[in-house]
Amino acid sequence: MSHHIVEFKDVFFRYPDGTEALKGVNFRITHGESVGIVGANGAGKSTLLQHINGYLLPTSGTINVGDLILTGKTRREIRKKVGIVFQNPDDQLFMPTVFDDVAFGPLNLGMDEESVRERVQKALGMVNSLDLQDKPPHHLSSGQKSAVAIAAVMAMEPDILAMDEPAANLDPRSRRSVITLLKTFKHSKIIASHDLDLILDVCQRCIVIGGGVVVADGPAAEILSNQMFLEENNLELPLSFQGRP
Amino acid sequence: MTFDEKYFDIGRLDRLSYRDTFVHRLDPRAKVIATMLFLFTVISFPKYEVIALAPFFLYPVLMMTIGEIPVRFMIRKIIVVSPFAVFIGIFNPLLDTRTVAVIFGVSLSAGWISFLSILMKFALTISAALLLIATTSFPGVCHALRRLGLPALFVSQLLFLYRYLFVLMEEAMRIIRAREMRSFGSRGAGMKMFVRLLGILFLRTVDRAERIYYAMLSRGFQGDIPTLKRSHIALSDLLFLSVVITCLGVFRFFPLTEGIGRLAQELF
Repeated sequence: MSHHIVEFKDVFFRYPDGTEALKGVNFRITHGESVGIVGANGAGKSTLLQHINGYLLPTSGTINVGDLILTGKTRREIRKKVGIVFQNPDDQLFMPTVFDDVAFGPLNLGMDEESVRERVQKALGMVNSLDLQDKPPHHLSSGQKSAVAIAAVMAMEPDILAMDEPAANLDPRSRRSVITLLKTFKHSKIIASHDLDLILDVCQRCIVIGGGVVVADGPAAEILSNQMFLEENNLELPLSFQGRP
Repeated sequence: MTFDEKYFDIGRLDRLSYRDTFVHRLDPRAKVIATMLFLFTVISFPKYEVIALAPFFLYPVLMMTIGEIPVRFMIRKIIVVSPFAVFIGIFNPLLDTRTVAVIFGVSLSAGWISFLSILMKFALTISAALLLIATTSFPGVCHALRRLGLPALFVSQLLFLYRYLFVLMEEAMRIIRAREMRSFGSRGAGMKMFVRLLGILFLRTVDRAERIYYAMLSRGFQGDIPTLKRSHIALSDLLFLSVVITCLGVFRFFPLTEGIGRLAQELF
């Protein structure tokens, strides 16, 4: 299936205040790949992620998601294909109960009641959170919130899953369960994170962004073991490569 | 009361609504309608009415007992907001000094009676509203209002208010703590600083609103928040409503307290 691709061609983006965030980004992600996006603070990771489902439109260049060119007209279609999980689950869980929140996406897709319930059960089951469905998000722990936020996106059954720091603010165990969860998904995955070990665990491929351009693109194990290169980009070796004395 | 305590107190009202009693199981619409009718009936009494208001306390007392809502908690909640009612009524005894009765040599002015009436109406209406939320949950009330025909826009606003009240309070708490930690017992540079903190809170809120809107768009938001129907009017709901309506009618139009008093006089 070739239609689950994400392709950036010479993408430039300038914020209204004049900051040039992307200065010619090029890459192509094919079906079923999982790709980590890493880079220093302010390198343009979040800006790039916001382009994938058309929240921001490129100033110039083209973005092709699943054989649709991203424009103001196609972004609604594209949002059905790309699910984005945000860094802060409080921003994403905006409905008063977990059930309502997970049902929000499917209801907006115009599904009938029965199938919405099915989808919600399936998505919450996937992240082992079925017992949380009647709770309001403000009574959940951070780990539970992250799990529910992922379920809320999975309930829309997107072709491509994009995530911004999926394991930030999580304790080691919750982080591990998110990693295990991510590995079970067969979707194309795009994960922006500073957690290099997570990227190493989940992604085969890694794209390094620096100063608004792609500075490296290749197998994650290869890029993330190149100490010199990583340090040039404000990064460091993943902890699992650091070898304590 | 510190800020933290106040915050967790609101959380408690919210948690009460997770219980499972007869009152909690009633359809939210039935409870919303009953509460509205109750409010209107109580407010409809003239301003010197005290005695006829007494039977109405039956409603909050029954709801509280059957709904297993702790009495002290409710009373505390009522006292917290009572200054509003007290300020509205406190001038009545001063302005309305017409004597209406003399009890044990102390003359009672009409102002005190209307003041007492205001306080009673206040206690009744506030407890009814609090009990509605404590037994129905805020989202439950919102969905009921939506299905009773309130415009979607208002309901969405209410739902967001509820969802982000807690988030906003946490945000404010973080800012206040950060200030306290570095102000060493003094009031942290006073009013000027406080205004600036409010400004920061506002900016953070605007940022958050933008991120939330992005999250909504990402999941296909088109202007209305869709919800699933989750409750059906059952026989018990109709029963509850008819009992409430009958009682309200009787209490409103028949001088029940007086009747009981006369009956007692005749018996003894």
